[in-house]
Amino acid sequence: MTRWAMVADLRRCVGCQTCTAACKQANDTPPGVQWRRVLDMEVGEYPDVQRAFVPVGCMHCDDPPCMHVCPSTATKKRADGIVTIDYDLCIGCAYCAVACPYQARYKSSADAKRPDVATKCTFCVERIDAGLEKGLKPGVDPEATPACVNSCIAQALHFGDVEDPASNISQLLAENQHFRMHEELGTGPRFYYLWDKAP
Amino acid sequence: MSQLQKHWDARAALNFMLGGTGAGLMIAAALAHPAGPAPVALALALVAAGLGAVWLEIGRKLRALNVFFNPFTSWMTRESLAALAFFALGGAALWRPALLPAAALAALAFVFCQGRILYAAKGIPAWRAPQVVLLVVAASLAEGAGLALLFAAGPLPLSWFALALVLRALAWTRYAAAAPAKALEAPGKMLLQVGTVGPLLLVLVASEVAGAPQLAGAVALGTGLWLKFALVTRAAANQGYALPRLPVRGARPGSQP
Repeated sequence: MTRWAMVADLRRCVGCQTCTAACKQANDTPPGVQWRRVLDMEVGEYPDVQRAFVPVGCMHCDDPPCMHVCPSTATKKRADGIVTIDYDLCIGCAYCAVACPYQARYKSSADAKRPDVATKCTFCVERIDAGLEKGLKPGVDPEATPACVNSCIAQALHFGDVEDPASNISQLLAENQHFRMHEELGTGPRFYYLWDKAP
Repeated sequence: MSQLQKHWDARAALNFMLGGTGAGLMIAAALAHPAGPAPVALALALVAAGLGAVWLEIGRKLRALNVFFNPFTSWMTRESLAALAFFALGGAALWRPALLPAAALAALAFVFCQGRILYAAKGIPAWRAPQVVLLVVAASLAEGAGLALLFAAGPLPLSWFALALVLRALAWTRYAAAAPAKALEAPGKMLLQVGTVGPLLLVLVASEVAGAPQLAGAVALGTGLWLKFALVTRAAANQGYALPRLPVRGARPGSQP
């Protein structure tokens, strides 16, 4: 069974926000809406301070709280793990937005394509589906890969099938130590962060 | 990097405030005021006003009926279904008071759903504490019982009011210990000192001081509404982001150049 996931190598990300711009261009999101963001985080206290650039967005959780709370069934989860929103069903109550522990959801009146409904990163699902129809491999062939991953200047972002042991991201996860954000909440996020080589 | 959620504002808070009070009033009417349609009518109006306020907040108002599509997992859908039952039974109880207990059960289901709505919001630490459910329910009972004293202040309504106040104070204490939030410190203190102790003292002198029951009810109601407003709007900070590990860059100690 295919399970799409994203990997961000925190050692490589330089915080250039090219992925953010590429996402905005590819998905035509309005000002203030950033489905893919890169946080600039400082951790520690002077003089022992470290800085990290952290790409964030929808984590396409295994057990997404946004889907459970959605009263209109607009939020669904596909068999391949991608969490989707049916913009024609959504009532814009924003319950999903307050339920998401990753602050990944937006609602904007300025969104010409999706006014006043919940929106978020889709893993560029249209590109994935269209690419698969052409026999392309998401995460390997750029035409079938999310725009943010394609645009990354440092190859910090990777995309692929985490259930396939031979996939690009499975190998990265095997070769490196990684974590997922807020794992203690039990949401099962499908966004992995690499932070060091495997011991 | 935690910040206040901006999706639910005063309009959403009004649903919890007015809806909770209306549901509590219906329960108080069933328990302590079996006669008279006025409390029942007010309870219906309050819940309708709360739902009307939250309707103003949703983005696609003409799709509001889609809210009923997910009774399997969404407490918002369940709240809407409970509201339907509440209006049907409460409306019928205006003419047939024998239906009041059933309307009160629907009211209880309604406020329980409201508590679960908050509890299901995993992104907000102040809401996802399990103790929030009892707090929302108990606050509703106390606020409704307080409002009911405007209609009748006999021994039974006063006893129910005092009991609900104690339950609300216990629920708040339990919640505050589990999910401390700076934004709730002042309303919580007010709820205990002014909204609980004060009204309980007034209940003790209710038979001797004119207007004491009404004042007690109003104070309990006001402090409870303030707490709920703060809970929904001012205490609702997102969890924020966390990095359990920092990236290891560059050469390690002992590595070859």
